[in-house]
Amino acid sequence: MSGDFDKAIAVFTLASGAAAVNYEVNLFFTFWGLNAVKRVTGRSWIGRGLLAHSFNFLLGGRRNLPLSRLNFAGASPILMTRLMKSRNVATLSELFQAAITLGVNFYACEMAMQVLGLERQDLIPEVKEVLGVAKFLELSQGGQTLFI
Amino acid sequence: MTKHYLDITKEHCPMTFVKAKIKLEEMAQDDILEILLTEGEPLENVPRTAAAQGFTVLETTHVKDNIHRVVIRK
Repeated sequence: MSGDFDKAIAVFTLASGAAAVNYEVNLFFTFWGLNAVKRVTGRSWIGRGLLAHSFNFLLGGRRNLPLSRLNFAGASPILMTRLMKSRNVATLSELFQAAITLGVNFYACEMAMQVLGLERQDLIPEVKEVLGVAKFLELSQGGQTLFI
Repeated sequence: MTKHYLDITKEHCPMTFVKAKIKLEEMAQDDILEILLTEGEPLENVPRTAAAQGFTVLETTHVKDNIHRVVIRK
């Protein structure tokens, strides 16, 4: 998955829904998508090197995912979450938690972690493995792959 | 055999069948789950997905207005 708020909603809606009806679900987080599985959910100076440090701070974690359109400097995801709550629709954090409870597998992209200077311990413990595209393709063989 | 209750009348897709599945997973074999849900997506999907996964849908009854009760055995 990529790292936008609205796309993360789509990913975790599909993932938890599919896992609830017994599909095996493997999520591969790459580049900005890694923000969704960082251990720190807000902004933090993690990553090796000054540039990676700055990128990670500016990108933030799961609470800082921007809307792909009409983000308004981060105000929209907060308003959208409020709207979702008021309409009794599951929020990103509820969908995320449901996906974990139902055993969705999380994988992190080795190359993107290298670029952003991230270590395994910068990610949540639920990330099963750090792997490359070849291993991910092997895992997803026989299934359907969606790029969100 | 224990009886469990779940009210998903205020939930929307996918949390309707996600919550039902999480509850069913927590229960012991042969336990009963009574779910309150609304017409439309929940009434269509919850019993169907439960049955597809090998759980037994014992009954579906209309409670009032658009609310229905579905009883499932694990």
